[in-house]
Amino acid sequence: MFGPLTCKPGSSRNNKTGPWRTESRPKYLKKNCIACNMCLQACPEACISGQGKNTYDFDPNYCKGCGICAYICPKQDIIMIKEECL
Amino acid sequence: MKTLFNSGHTACAGCGQSMAARLVIDAAGSNTIVCNNTGCLEVFSTKFPESSWGVPFMHSLFENCAAVASGVESALKYLGKADTVNVIAQAGDGGTADIGLQALSGMLERGHNILYVCYDNEAYMNTGIQRSGLTPFDTNTTTSPIGVNSTGNIRPKKPMPEIANAHGIPYVATASCAFPLDIQRKVKKAISIKGPKYMQIHVPCPLGWRHESSQTIAVAKLAVETGLYPLIEYENGVLAAKRQITPKPVEEYLKAQGRFKHLLKNPEEIKKIQEIADNNIKKYGLKVETQQAA
Amino acid sequence: MKEFLEGSMAVAKVVQLCKPGVISAYPITPQTHIVEELAQIVADGHLNAQFVNVESEHSAASVVLGAEAAGVRSYTATSSQGLLLMAEVVFNIAGMRLPVVMTTAVRAISAPINIWNDHQDAVSLRDAGWIQLHAEDIQEAVDLHLIAYKLGENKSIMLPVMVCMDGFLLTHGVETVNIPSQEEVDKFLPPYKAPYKLDVENPMTLGPLVDPESYMEARFALNETHKEALQLIPKITADFAKIFGRTYNGLIEGYQLKDAERVIVAMGSVCGTIKEVIDELRKKGKKIGLLKVTSLRPFPANEIYEALKNTPKVAVVDRALSVGSFAPLAAEIKASFFGKTKKPKVISSFILGLGGRDITKDSIKEILRLMTSKERQGEFIDLKQELLKENYENAV
Repeated sequence: MFGPLTCKPGSSRNNKTGPWRTESRPKYLKKNCIACNMCLQACPEACISGQGKNTYDFDPNYCKGCGICAYICPKQDIIMIKEECL
Repeated sequence: MKTLFNSGHTACAGCGQSMAARLVIDAAGSNTIVCNNTGCLEVFSTKFPESSWGVPFMHSLFENCAAVASGVESALKYLGKADTVNVIAQAGDGGTADIGLQALSGMLERGHNILYVCYDNEAYMNTGIQRSGLTPFDTNTTTSPIGVNSTGNIRPKKPMPEIANAHGIPYVATASCAFPLDIQRKVKKAISIKGPKYMQIHVPCPLGWRHESSQTIAVAKLAVETGLYPLIEYENGVLAAKRQITPKPVEEYLKAQGRFKHLLKNPEEIKKIQEIADNNIKKYGLKVETQQAA
Repeated sequence: MKEFLEGSMAVAKVVQLCKPGVISAYPITPQTHIVEELAQIVADGHLNAQFVNVESEHSAASVVLGAEAAGVRSYTATSSQGLLLMAEVVFNIAGMRLPVVMTTAVRAISAPINIWNDHQDAVSLRDAGWIQLHAEDIQEAVDLHLIAYKLGENKSIMLPVMVCMDGFLLTHGVETVNIPSQEEVDKFLPPYKAPYKLDVENPMTLGPLVDPESYMEARFALNETHKEALQLIPKITADFAKIFGRTYNGLIEGYQLKDAERVIVAMGSVCGTIKEVIDELRKKGKKIGLLKVTSLRPFPANEIYEALKNTPKVAVVDRALSVGSFAPLAAEIKASFFGKTKKPKVISSFILGLGGRDITKDSIKEILRLMTSKERQGEFIDLKQELLKENYENAV
């Protein structure tokens, strides 16, 4: 007989960490983006995608609202706004 | 985005280690087996039944990832797959410099083709911010707390890159969350070299270091720019590359984090830390040389 | 093929025949000859295996853990202090359900430091979840290694197996041994096919953090698998007999039990001495017998009950202590009869042969003499009373 032994690859995607956000979330202005890719590289949650200028955006299902993407953007094209109360 | 370290892990917001772990495995690629020690990374990325890892991943105990990886690498050699599959052994600073030092030393000495990555957040963070052998001088941790008789940790960081280098391995590097692409460049370079490799990545911990979650990269940058965390590469025992800096005073780094708050009114202690930074700058030649006029 | 071999050499030869892909061990007396011989076998090209010289037993166990997790049959050996040092890895391997096979050259445990044979090391780790088999002689030690791989790697078992052989007595003793041929071994033991492993073609995570919501089920499963092993072991030994011609039960062995009025229960090489005493005294009409326990884990409680339920007097020989309580084997033997209507009138517990203290035929006869209707509780045989004066006052 076997019990809990292994996990399937990438199964953490079942855990939506978006509800962790309480204070702020990023807003991608998509005006001055130069597609440097730094926000995508820096996100600890791997929840940013994009390819090409002004196409980058975050996935609210996983974003924890840390604010690193807003900090790192060399064009200040990402800002942190108050998390909407639903 | 497509990654081998998927979203949904339960790291703190802004965790430097989760950032670095993803950069490492995405640089290494899907033909990689990861052996991880117990610590924050393993706990937040592999809680049954969920795992962030898109590559084969193994966690055994707190101190044996280097030995487990040695076993995996030996098995791959036996199966004839040693040339096509990478093996990475990963641990935190405690799992590397303290309890894991024996297994690491054995792995380095035996010459296994393994990349060892130490995620250095400078304390035993997963168990509650206790002091480790890589905790810097004068740091406030729960087992080296500040108090009437104490300004924090009384010892400097164990020189793990030099200890690894002393084993005669082909590649040693330090890296930092401050420079994500540099982490990936160094991982790719390490994997292209046959033999044991040691990489130590400075990964700020917003919780343990007491800074805002958005400041992870900013704080990491200050560590590099003050000379307190030199970014260097040893190749075959010789210092081959370093990131040169225009040194900032250590106070800028210290005041960015709550764990050093107690030092800001203590110029004597700041002087000692500045000395550590200055010694690093001198030892590795970190200072950007001013251009000589022709 | 029959050869006159030192026990360690015989074990090394049978391990070679099992074709492990990774061997990793740290030297400790009296296991050293086994791994030295395997190193020579690999160096001479007679075995294609990775031989990993590690810096401690903890790492030796970790290396075979990693190798087994990567899907390769592996082997290690240790004793005493080494077994204790790797203790957390031993528990880890069982919990991760990896079929490592390890030879334990059973030896006494420090302190005081003693390199000679008793059962304390293996017995102290009986809770780890490994299958634990004890050999009576070198032939059995050889055969148990073959059985160990076959049993551990069975898809429904997937458990690590510890083959225990008495340190020095069996590791350094020399006997005529039948070493099977590679063809016979290949018929009995197919190549290892891991049902789960670290493989880039099929990535999975091994060793996750399991919280209170799921941990108990993993441990329940481990325990249940030992019950399944109790059923499987006799089937495997039956297959073994068909190919190699030697019969074992695998769980217990009864010697002259049928009409025995007094039976001694024991594990390991002391069983050979007990059999000699039985042969001698049976000629004089004494109705005595031996119950040898081969499998300490899984513990064959039912088989022991069936074998001894009608025996009037039983004595259990323990070569280890559970300090402060009943002797370990005796406690489990007694527990096998609790609540049953049929059971021996007396089960006495004797402790012998600690730290390599020789167990002679006279020691066994002393036990037989003490097997009266009065129950003996953890009575030491061959104890030297003159050494028991408190001596630390001389140190001042």
